[in-house]
Amino acid sequence: MDLLKLFIAALLVNNIVLMRFLALCSYVGMTAEPGPALGIGWAVTFVMVLAGVVTWFLNVFVLQPLGLTFLSTLIFILVIASLVQLVEIYLRKSIPSLYHVMGIYLPLITTNCAILGLTFINQREGFTLIQSIVNSIGVAWGYTLAMLLLANLRQRIKHSNVPKFLDGYPIVFILTAILAVAFMGFTGMAK
Amino acid sequence: MVEFIIQSLLVTGGLGLVFGLGLALFSQKFKVEEDPRLELIQNILPGANCGACGYPGCRQLAQSILRGELGPEKCTVGGSKVVTEIANLLGIEVAEVKPGVARVKCQGDEARAFRRAEYYGINTCNAASQISGGFKQCFYGCLGLGDCVEACVFDALTMSTDNLPIVEEGKCTACGLCVKACTRKIIEIFPRENAVIIACVSPQKGPEVRKACQVGCIKCGICVKNCPKGAIHLEPSLGNLAVIDYNLCDNCGTCVEKCPTKTIVNYLRVPIHAG
Repeated sequence: MDLLKLFIAALLVNNIVLMRFLALCSYVGMTAEPGPALGIGWAVTFVMVLAGVVTWFLNVFVLQPLGLTFLSTLIFILVIASLVQLVEIYLRKSIPSLYHVMGIYLPLITTNCAILGLTFINQREGFTLIQSIVNSIGVAWGYTLAMLLLANLRQRIKHSNVPKFLDGYPIVFILTAILAVAFMGFTGMAK
Repeated sequence: MVEFIIQSLLVTGGLGLVFGLGLALFSQKFKVEEDPRLELIQNILPGANCGACGYPGCRQLAQSILRGELGPEKCTVGGSKVVTEIANLLGIEVAEVKPGVARVKCQGDEARAFRRAEYYGINTCNAASQISGGFKQCFYGCLGLGDCVEACVFDALTMSTDNLPIVEEGKCTACGLCVKACTRKIIEIFPRENAVIIACVSPQKGPEVRKACQVGCIKCGICVKNCPKGAIHLEPSLGNLAVIDYNLCDNCGTCVEKCPTKTIVNYLRVPIHAG
């Protein structure tokens, strides 16, 4: 039950994009079409879970016993960058079709702040391994949900009569703000 | 204190070393052998990534050519030069390609095809055609809102002042993007050497066509009677629309002169639509 609560909290209440305001670059940049938005959503889910697990082990068995948690920024970036590379090489050899689907999104994720942010959240909250994994999936799906919502909204905007001075990114920012306000309604549902 | 610094250095450096070595080993173990010819074929292809071949980009077509699934002539954009270069590279025989060009099978511009309504909606042919069949009297002709011009990546299409698309033959690569973009299906890729085109697709009966457009095919059959080669017939499945058999047509232009509604166009004589 607690895990479910944690999942809902990560997915909706503390949505990584709309409540924590992380990963806004890919949020605005990759949502012109719903297809690519979903693609990057899956890639992020994949990398987030992996990064969550690996950083948990490093944090619990290396950084904390030695009292070196101040190094976590450096180490976690190293972990994420290496992981993405590893996954990319592996996919290219073993599952070429998946590699072509994820294609350019994988390298882009290396510098996605949502993933680094997630590892910090896991560390700060002192999650267990299971909690870390559930939180990672929740956050990643929350990200995908936000991406899909905006991508579909932008499809509609394309066919509407937007005032010239708001056309393009300004209207996207306004959409994001309204979405964020809507997500505020979830506040207090779970912690 | 010193111990602390050394510990941090060791952890960071150690992890960096582990990850670095791991990646190096991993990339060796999972190396993907790539055919060096793939790069070469891709360099020969135009690189426009226009999608005319059915693949999202030139690289995918190059892979397909390399596997022998498709011939290089699938790339209509590159023309015979690209085809022969790829054929030489791979040592395969290819049939000679006839260069194609997009031609518009409608002359119904603002001046010659009548409107039955004013349209103030979304400014694309696709949207306009979905509202009770478009704003023109003719349900089959050009709407003139320029979806094809928007689709062309080679800048070969422009709208005339009377809202009819004009193909600039020098720039057209016969990629077929405009053919896909046209909701009325009035653009077609013709072989460049066949210059005589029946510029109407309406299957409606003569009087109805006459009411809608000055230059529509009224199914009179005069071209059929006058063609010295017997290359034209009225096609029953298209509502008796005149159709040219390009195996027989020699671009003599007799039908162009005889056609009472000036529906047939000869692109050898008239390089661009008048008006």
